[in-house]
Amino acid sequence: MSLRLFTFAAPARFYALAGALIPWLWAATALLAAAGLYIGFFVAPTDATQGESYRIIFIHVPAAWMSMVLYLVMAFWAAIGWAFNARLASMVARALAPTGAMFTFVALWTGAFWGKPTWGTWWVWDARLTSELILLFLYLGYIALINAIDDVRRADHAGALLAVVGAVNVPIIYFSVKWWNTLHQGATISMTAAPKMASTMLTAMLLMTLAFWAYAFAVVFMRTRAIVLEREQHTDWVGALAHGKQQPQGAGS
Amino acid sequence: MNWGSAGDFFAMGGYGLYVWGSYLVTAVLMLAEPVLARRQHAEALRAARDHDDQET
Repeated sequence: MSLRLFTFAAPARFYALAGALIPWLWAATALLAAAGLYIGFFVAPTDATQGESYRIIFIHVPAAWMSMVLYLVMAFWAAIGWAFNARLASMVARALAPTGAMFTFVALWTGAFWGKPTWGTWWVWDARLTSELILLFLYLGYIALINAIDDVRRADHAGALLAVVGAVNVPIIYFSVKWWNTLHQGATISMTAAPKMASTMLTAMLLMTLAFWAYAFAVVFMRTRAIVLEREQHTDWVGALAHGKQQPQGAGS
Repeated sequence: MNWGSAGDFFAMGGYGLYVWGSYLVTAVLMLAEPVLARRQHAEALRAARDHDDQET
């Protein structure tokens, strides 16, 4: 009975399922991003105080959210892989790290390009910006650590430890604007208060967030599939798969 | 409609550098990442093939 629950935890099953989902995830990414950008640039009005510079919000806030969420997801799967010796969970954790690092960099970069016209500076060492920079270093440290250890299971365990300890940084980032005085504005969206922004702006931002979610699933699934092949090289199913796709002699690169 | 002309659109009310500087870098990264992931997959498949060929 409980066996069915773990059906997709088998790398071979996951490989097939993710492969089937990836084209749909890319289609969703493209449609959501097109809708979000259209509303963001052509429907949402000019901001009364910030002029057109505020339009950076449509990528800045979704990227910052993804940077934090993906870290927690990475730490979660790394911990599961460690605690239950679940191979696929460790592979997913590995696959998440580059995407999380990319979104963290995007949040920092777009923040700098928004900070310059609104605050007059590209960068300040305040709580929100500094803790987000530490998040980037945690991602890079995790990637460097797992690649520095040759034994993959040992690398997974060491990475999991770093990821779980580093997770304490995520609430610090999130609440930094409340706990300390910072240049950065407060939370854009609150569960308890009515949104302070025009509804079209909010719609564009949420559509871009969904687009980034679909993107993250698509690219992480692609990378997980690659990692599955790397690690299951010796198995019959990967051997058969590799040969099924073999190109005629001389045609391949 | 927010923009009178294409020039207006690219100027972004004087914030063109900041808005497009943000969007361009984001777009480049989000297009490059799947290309790299795809390459990693192709390489893993090739390595699996070599591994299998060596055994048989």
